Amino acid sequence: MSDLNTQRRQFLKTTLGAAAVAIAPGMLLFDVAHGNPQAAASGKVRWGMLVDINQCKDGCNDCVTACNKENGLSGGTKSTDPQWIRKISIKDVSTGHEQSLPMMCQHCEHPPCVDVCPTQASFKRADGIVLVDRHRCIGCRYCMMACPYKARSFVHEPLENQNPDVPRGKGTVEACNMCVLRIDNGLQPACVEGCQNKAILFGDLNDANSEIAKKIQSVASVQVRADLQLNTGIRYQGL
Amino acid sequence: MADLSALRFKNQMFYVLLAAGGLVVMAGLFAVYMMESHGHIITGMNNQIVWGLPHVFAIFLIVAASGVLNVASIGSVFGKSIYKARAPLAGLLSLAMLGGGLAVLMLDLGRPDRFIVAATNYNITSVFAWNIVLYTGMFSLVLIYIWTMMEQRMNGWTKPAGFAVFAWRFILTTGTGLIFAFLIARQAYGSAILPPMFIVLSFAWGFAVFHIVQSVIYAWNDKTLDPEIMRSKKNLLGVFVIGALYLVAVYHMTNLYFSHKTGFENFILLDGGIFPNLFWWGYVVLGNLVPLALIYVPGLGKGKCVFMASSLIVLGGFALLYVFIIGGQAYPLDIFPGYEVSSTFADGQITEYHPSIYEFLLGFAGLAIAFLITTVSVRILNFMPKDKPYIAD
Amino acid sequence: MKLLLSLLFCLCIPAVFAAEANTPKLDIGKGGQCVKDTQWMRINHMHLLIHQRDEAVRKGIRSEQISLKNCVDCHASTKDDSVVARDDSFCVGCHRYAAVSIDCFECHASKRKIALANKDAQ
Repeated sequence: MSDLNTQRRQFLKTTLGAAAVAIAPGMLLFDVAHGNPQAAASGKVRWGMLVDINQCKDGCNDCVTACNKENGLSGGTKSTDPQWIRKISIKDVSTGHEQSLPMMCQHCEHPPCVDVCPTQASFKRADGIVLVDRHRCIGCRYCMMACPYKARSFVHEPLENQNPDVPRGKGTVEACNMCVLRIDNGLQPACVEGCQNKAILFGDLNDANSEIAKKIQSVASVQVRADLQLNTGIRYQGL
Repeated sequence: MADLSALRFKNQMFYVLLAAGGLVVMAGLFAVYMMESHGHIITGMNNQIVWGLPHVFAIFLIVAASGVLNVASIGSVFGKSIYKARAPLAGLLSLAMLGGGLAVLMLDLGRPDRFIVAATNYNITSVFAWNIVLYTGMFSLVLIYIWTMMEQRMNGWTKPAGFAVFAWRFILTTGTGLIFAFLIARQAYGSAILPPMFIVLSFAWGFAVFHIVQSVIYAWNDKTLDPEIMRSKKNLLGVFVIGALYLVAVYHMTNLYFSHKTGFENFILLDGGIFPNLFWWGYVVLGNLVPLALIYVPGLGKGKCVFMASSLIVLGGFALLYVFIIGGQAYPLDIFPGYEVSSTFADGQITEYHPSIYEFLLGFAGLAIAFLITTVSVRILNFMPKDKPYIAD
Repeated sequence: MKLLLSLLFCLCIPAVFAAEANTPKLDIGKGGQCVKDTQWMRINHMHLLIHQRDEAVRKGIRSEQISLKNCVDCHASTKDDSVVARDDSFCVGCHRYAAVSIDCFECHASKRKIALANKDAQ
């Protein structure tokens, strides 16, 4: 009997050891994911943006144009045209103070769109980017009902000549994906690069040494609809 | 001989009805084909009004499908004999409307071809995903329930099956209400009162639909409903209508009390164009006050009046759902409370919605599916309520 | 029994010949072998694509070698830069023969990237 027990213990030890050896490289890979497209998105990273509204000019549409070009959107503004990012003009009703800011998917930590999606097509990647897996999207539009920022659009028409890097098509829901392919290749999102006034700062919120982490520590910034406690990845300075 | 020709006429009528129903379904499928090949651009729906007329039809059918089982529950669970006699018909109507409603919901998807994806990838936090389970469960439970009633050897199981259906249908309508109750961001939705409101609405709508179908079946078979039964049923219908109106009132009252929702309430109840009209004239007056008068005013409340009342309750239901679903989306989402906003994406603007013919075709196809299932089943199987002379119990 | 089997066998022969004769002639574009041999790819390409698609979309693991974009880049026709434009295009030819619908190119680009970039530039 005791012999059997030792045998079993030995077996467990060896298999656990072997498993650890097998898993270790994968775990290590998990940690180094900056600008390495072959590596998985890392849970240690949280991509985010800080939008400085004081630098954002009313009437300037450069971020929107850059986004449309990068992602192959038509740029149309009919009620059925997808818009991944839009400029909103806001005016404080009580003071009359006017400002202008870009609005897009806020890449929440607790995204309502992910909660409500019946097929898990809406999902949050390990590094905090909220995406639509269009292979799974059935086009029910429940996420569009749930999003507090109206960040999502439905593709109402058949599309042709899509950008090979940004597949999109009729009958599915889409939204800002933070230019996920660019990020995986170590680049900045298109709107960040396209902004002449350098109003958008992009980076890893979790890395204490990153520019964005230092800045949000030193200047006041807010989340839109912070009352919903979704902990958005996009923050606004000067709102 | 005269009798025989009448019978022949009815036979022909049956096939004419089937053909008519089939034609409406075909028209709906044509609409689906068009929506599939051109995309949803040919509907009136857009990026602001993401759920349109098909959803009004689908949700009415699904809510009424749950409510119609109330007739069966009063029989099986509470043991009232006149309702027991009507339980099989109620079960059948429930299946038919559930089938019609789900068909509309499915066929309106952007990618209905991915039905298997929906069935194999399951998100446990999604109310929609729960509803997939609730709907299929309801389907099987009601089938079993009908089986226990129609197969004499299974009669002993009717009571437990009835209880199961009774509980399941409460959860199902709760689930339907939760689809909206869980939407935190929109002023129109995100309220805990929605599930109970939908449950009581389901009683009223289900009862009304049942009464319409029953009246038609009785007329077809040249039978008259025992006036005593009619009296009992119409009174219950009236109570449900009052209950539903009460909950709708409470829903709007609570909204009016929250200052961040008063803008929306003003829109729905006063200055929102078609929506206040549909709400006050369509739902409150035609869908509640007139039917209540038809039911309760002394001298009225006879067969024709109750039939009229039931039809109006159904129409009122559609009006309420239109206001609730479409009005709720037409009013702008408040992303920056305290600010006036404008953008290219209709921020701060009230959205126009003009349903297209394809949405109507799809919606009516849902009704036609329910109609076909009911008509064929009533003819093939014995769903006719079998009443003993009425004894109050 | 033997008779039946041999009969069945005889019935199969013309079918085999017919199959050989009607095999689709494909415009394989640049062609060449980069992942596995042709026969293996004929049978298994969809498994590779589906596996890679889930890894890339959901986890962010992007393989350099296995990607639909790369398939299109090599196999698009040298005449019209597409894998689906004509009856003998690389994807369409076989899929039509096997009566399997393709659900890739409603969303994914069916032309090689350079062709699309040139078109943008014009």
